[in-house]
Amino acid sequence: MLKDITLGQYFPGDTAIHRLDPRVKIVLTVEYIVLLFLAKWFFSYGLILLFLVCSAITAHIGAKTLMSGFKPLIIIIIVTAVLNILYTPGEPLVSFWKISITKEGISTAFFMVLRILLLVCGTFLLTYTTSPIRLTDGMESLLKPLKKIKVPVHELAMMMSIALRFIPTLIEETDKIISAQKARGADFTSGNIIRRAKALVPILVPLFVSAFRRADELATAMECRCYNNGENRTKLNVLVVKRADYAAIAVGVVLLAGTLIFRHYGL
Amino acid sequence: MEEAIIETRELRHSFSAGESEPTIEVLHGVDLKINRGSFVAIIGHNGSGKSTLAKHFNAIYLPDVGKVWVSGIDTSDESRTLEIRKTVGMVFQNPDNQIVANVVEEDVAFAPENLGVKSEEIRRRVDDALNVVEMYHMRTHSPHLLSGGQKQRIAIAGVIAMQPDCIVLDEPTAMLDPYGRKEIIKTVYTLNRQFGITVVLITHHMNEVTGADRVIVMDKGSVFLDGTPSEIFSHVEELRGVNLDVPAPVALMYELRRAGVDVPLDALEPERCAEVLAALMKNVKTDGTRPEGEHIESDH
Repeated sequence: MLKDITLGQYFPGDTAIHRLDPRVKIVLTVEYIVLLFLAKWFFSYGLILLFLVCSAITAHIGAKTLMSGFKPLIIIIIVTAVLNILYTPGEPLVSFWKISITKEGISTAFFMVLRILLLVCGTFLLTYTTSPIRLTDGMESLLKPLKKIKVPVHELAMMMSIALRFIPTLIEETDKIISAQKARGADFTSGNIIRRAKALVPILVPLFVSAFRRADELATAMECRCYNNGENRTKLNVLVVKRADYAAIAVGVVLLAGTLIFRHYGL
Repeated sequence: MEEAIIETRELRHSFSAGESEPTIEVLHGVDLKINRGSFVAIIGHNGSGKSTLAKHFNAIYLPDVGKVWVSGIDTSDESRTLEIRKTVGMVFQNPDNQIVANVVEEDVAFAPENLGVKSEEIRRRVDDALNVVEMYHMRTHSPHLLSGGQKQRIAIAGVIAMQPDCIVLDEPTAMLDPYGRKEIIKTVYTLNRQFGITVVLITHHMNEVTGADRVIVMDKGSVFLDGTPSEIFSHVEELRGVNLDVPAPVALMYELRRAGVDVPLDALEPERCAEVLAALMKNVKTDGTRPEGEHIESDH
């Protein structure tokens, strides 16, 4: 059961989108999110949607996969929609008791929901097409200027990539501990919530102990391989901005300009 | 005289379990010289101090008393620790806990990246190291999908990519199945014989040390025996006295000798042992020794 967990799911592939420099992809995604909040009317949203659809098609990511991220958000979406419909002041459309539904309310709710859906699709497209390592590499590189104000960028990126590296190892270990405790008669499936929570203790304690031991050994092994807090560190695979990346940046600029112009005219 | 790559003099090391606990001395004055290019095996049962000794070889531990030199550099000189670590690489028991990255080649590149080697040079070193351990075809895989032996070979490649003069392996086969163990031992011997890297192999599997140039037996924090494999394994009684067993062929020869059969004690490999037995069978005239020889040979 634990083997099915995927964090920051990634679909390996070799499309133009997959090959883009992760830094460019991160910047474009951030731009996309900002534009979603600047968009006002159908034309702006249409432009952003067009950008998303084109990217998804180039990346060979189907609509179904892209929308698979919606499920856990259904409640949030419904709550947002209802609140927006009920609490936006304006020209009343229907009124009963103390509640009135306004025209403005409906349009705000509609755009809010659209915004959330597009937001989720866009960020998922980033993680679907970028491997976690390239993602952390990209973030490290983008955040480098923060080193000047003493933000430990390299350390954070290192921690992130080690965490990613150890997720499968620790999941495997948890599986083993669960089996071992079951073999000793532990029961994880019956009883009320408190009982079940208590049953987790014999899993978590050995897991933590072993994780600390691993951390200690890993630190020694890293020291043995001359790890020096990232001073003068070089990279095997250096991130290079290629021609396709410039093209992507150009698309990003067009998108930015388009949305801003539409916004200016309230479209 | 040959040049020593690692030298210890009067090396003592103590651990303390807590502030108020008494300290326990684990190494009681070890004097060793390990020659450049040699293959040295260190054996000893649990708690004999062999792993502690190994950690002194690349300045993870520093001596309480005495000195350790690596290529002539005193390990207690902290300004030169990196130089020492670059000279003596270390491979540990658990392959999972020494792999840093998500992709095989990224992990092998870890050490040269830390040393600030240029990208093209890293690429060359990574490819070379992966070829040496025969894992080049797996370079883009994720380490957690590999077998224990493969992971351990990646760990070895990660050390080779640093281009060390010496590799210390601290029980590299302890967590592996027999097949993985064989792969690792083969790799380690290749490193020494073909690439001239000094190897210090710490183990408690006796059959892994029969090909070494020199075997050091540790017991209770001191060097107990030191010599070539055939010299060491002729001391069957002493080895058993410190809870160590001899390789199966040696045990067989030893028992045969005790039974009054004239066989040499230095048949360390099963093949050599079989030859000796075959020769013996031809010459055997008395019936008394024959069944024993036949019975044990069928084991190999």
